[in-house]
Amino acid sequence: MSLLDVRGLTVTYAGGTAAVRGVDLRLEAGRKLGIAGESGCGKSTLALALLRLLPAGTRVGGEVLLDGEDVLAMKWGRLRAVRWAGASIVFQGAMHSLNPVRRVGDQIAEPVLLHRRATPAGARKRTGELLEQVGLPAARAAAYPHELSGGQRQRVMIAMALACDPRLIIADEPTTALDVMVQAQILRLIERLVADQDVGLIMISHDLAVLAGTCDRLAVMYAGRVVEEGPAGDVYEAARHPYARALSAALPRIGDPASRFAPRGLPGDPPDPAALPSGCTFRPRCPVALDSCAEEEPLLGDAGADRRVACVRVTAENPTAGGPAPRPDTAAGGADPRHGTAAGGTDPPPNTATEEPNPHQATTTDDSDPRHGAATAAPDPRRSTTAGEPNPHRTPTTDEPSPRHGTAAGGTAPRRGTAAGGPGAPEETRPSTP
Amino acid sequence: MTTSTSPLLSARGVRIVFPGRHGAPDARAVDGVHLDIRPGEIVALVGESGCGKTTLARALLGLVEPTAGRITFDGRPLEYSGRSLKAYRKRVQLVLQDPSGSLNPRHTVYDAVAEGLRIHGHGGDERAVVADALSRAGLRPPERFFLRRPHELSGGQRQRVVIAGALVLEPELLVADEPVASLDASVRGEILALLLRLRAELGLSALVVTHDLGLAWNIADRVAVMYLGRIVETGPVEQVLTAPRHPYTRALLSVLPEAPGEPVVLTGEPPDPSRVPSGCRFHARCQVLAGGGADRAGVAEACRGRDPEILDGGGATQVACHWAHAGKG
Repeated sequence: MSLLDVRGLTVTYAGGTAAVRGVDLRLEAGRKLGIAGESGCGKSTLALALLRLLPAGTRVGGEVLLDGEDVLAMKWGRLRAVRWAGASIVFQGAMHSLNPVRRVGDQIAEPVLLHRRATPAGARKRTGELLEQVGLPAARAAAYPHELSGGQRQRVMIAMALACDPRLIIADEPTTALDVMVQAQILRLIERLVADQDVGLIMISHDLAVLAGTCDRLAVMYAGRVVEEGPAGDVYEAARHPYARALSAALPRIGDPASRFAPRGLPGDPPDPAALPSGCTFRPRCPVALDSCAEEEPLLGDAGADRRVACVRVTAENPTAGGPAPRPDTAAGGADPRHGTAAGGTDPPPNTATEEPNPHQATTTDDSDPRHGAATAAPDPRRSTTAGEPNPHRTPTTDEPSPRHGTAAGGTAPRRGTAAGGPGAPEETRPSTP
Repeated sequence: MTTSTSPLLSARGVRIVFPGRHGAPDARAVDGVHLDIRPGEIVALVGESGCGKTTLARALLGLVEPTAGRITFDGRPLEYSGRSLKAYRKRVQLVLQDPSGSLNPRHTVYDAVAEGLRIHGHGGDERAVVADALSRAGLRPPERFFLRRPHELSGGQRQRVVIAGALVLEPELLVADEPVASLDASVRGEILALLLRLRAELGLSALVVTHDLGLAWNIADRVAVMYLGRIVETGPVEQVLTAPRHPYTRALLSVLPEAPGEPVVLTGEPPDPSRVPSGCRFHARCQVLAGGGADRAGVAEACRGRDPEILDGGGATQVACHWAHAGKG
């Protein structure tokens, strides 16, 4: 049994913004999974959904199996026990996640006192141990957050996450806003802790290079879905999905003459989750899009050894993706085998068997800018709900149990129509196939 | 690039000291810096937080008056009267890190870009100038953006508005403080490409303040690595970043995820400018000194006791390190 098995996870904020639209992930103990993507791709929402930390009114569907137990179906008391002790989160922006008027030692001790029912003396002792584990002297427990540097505050956040010996640690941008040298220190610390304590790690970042250097596997998210998934080195060095390729190419490699005076980016902006383009959500920015990409959103399909990509060009090239070939589970766990089937079901366009992403569609059509199609085909932009992420560190006690919606729909992989669907098509009203 | 022309902006022996409060020692934020920026040149000033790079940039903009030393622009020393600073700031413009924080949320894009023109009493066709600046910054067609407000724009578009606001007065030099640090990787490349294009089209010089060595590799001609108030290594980007000589530059490069070999993770926190170590300011964290390399080169004594000379700020490759000077770097 995997430590964490996420199946068909969907998150729809109150107001209808679909932030996560069907994500499957699996993680074994002692392994590290990186989730990469731009702002707004749903990666932080995904992290919060794993522990049901989203605001009330948010609809969460699918299953989050932590040691085989579905977090989304847990009773409130059980969920409280699982937070911190089963899984904990290291949030980005340590300055905002720590209480500025309380000593850091007291803040680390809080979960120990609550969840371990430790005595105050026992909690103090544990706090000292934790601080030393993360490379701070135990005496720093008496410091206030403002007395610590950014790197030290991040260490405190990590100590707090370790407080109740969780089985799973979710680190959301743990090194963003830190200097390179401090970032290297924190990444080493995280790696050491994962190796020593045999916990599972999910690390979320926009920096593909950092993830590739730390994690075993990488999942690249775009517009609420995983578009590429595989061994970290392979995805970073030789991404197959056009978006993952662009993300990887956007990182300069010092010493590489190709990137000297040639910064590479990706034109356009990530789509508004409240108004996704039809078909493949990456199509408006995709340099190699086909006409058929506007019609159906590709699902993750096999793309070589232990890798999955959601792109018709890649799955059409790959002969193994032709048939419904559910893969056996792999070591570090991949996506749900249902995806293999689903990808097999979509007919690849007949003329895409070429090796290269040669833009031969240019010859078959002189249709102008595909962006226009996207703009008109997109559903009317409803006001984008902010759904500000709460600060779960200060609110775990007041956070109300989000009612579980969409349980019945958990078994179905959400289709394009749902994701971009109008406000009148809430998920739980759809027929379900258990 | 152009090594023979005289510098557009030049800092000589600049020191900036902030007095310590409540009896604390003074903070020597910038502790003796020579730095030249020549016309059409892009210089990257690289260092960790707290190394004084932002303070130096502020001094170059005339926002802080140096405690000692001199800043000259186009051959003339900077004066700190209101009138001459106003004239100076027409020629040197600032682009800040966080575009959400540097744009007034209640101003439209048009107002944000036209603000500089109004302050400096621009007499011509304001609308045409604003439209031109917006399209130069890559917001086309400009009219579509005139009435938008910052919250309606993406992060990359906001940074383009900030850049358009800087361009509208036709400056000769841009000082950009972490211009892409708050942007996504895919947008980052687009903004950097814009800076390069502006240099090519307008001959704009730029000082880019950053902690990101990859950014320097992407766009800069020259890089200056700053540590605790002093430039410790400078030179053409190709040389400094592919064959670094200062142990600090080497350590910075070694911890990048892409770097070959074993990373040198310096221990300890970035040092405190109110307690600059004697001798070489890097010696307490120096991996070469700690590893005995300086001893073998016979310079360990100098590392602990003698401050390396201030680098002259010109275009040549220079390093402020006793060990490197002993021929080992």
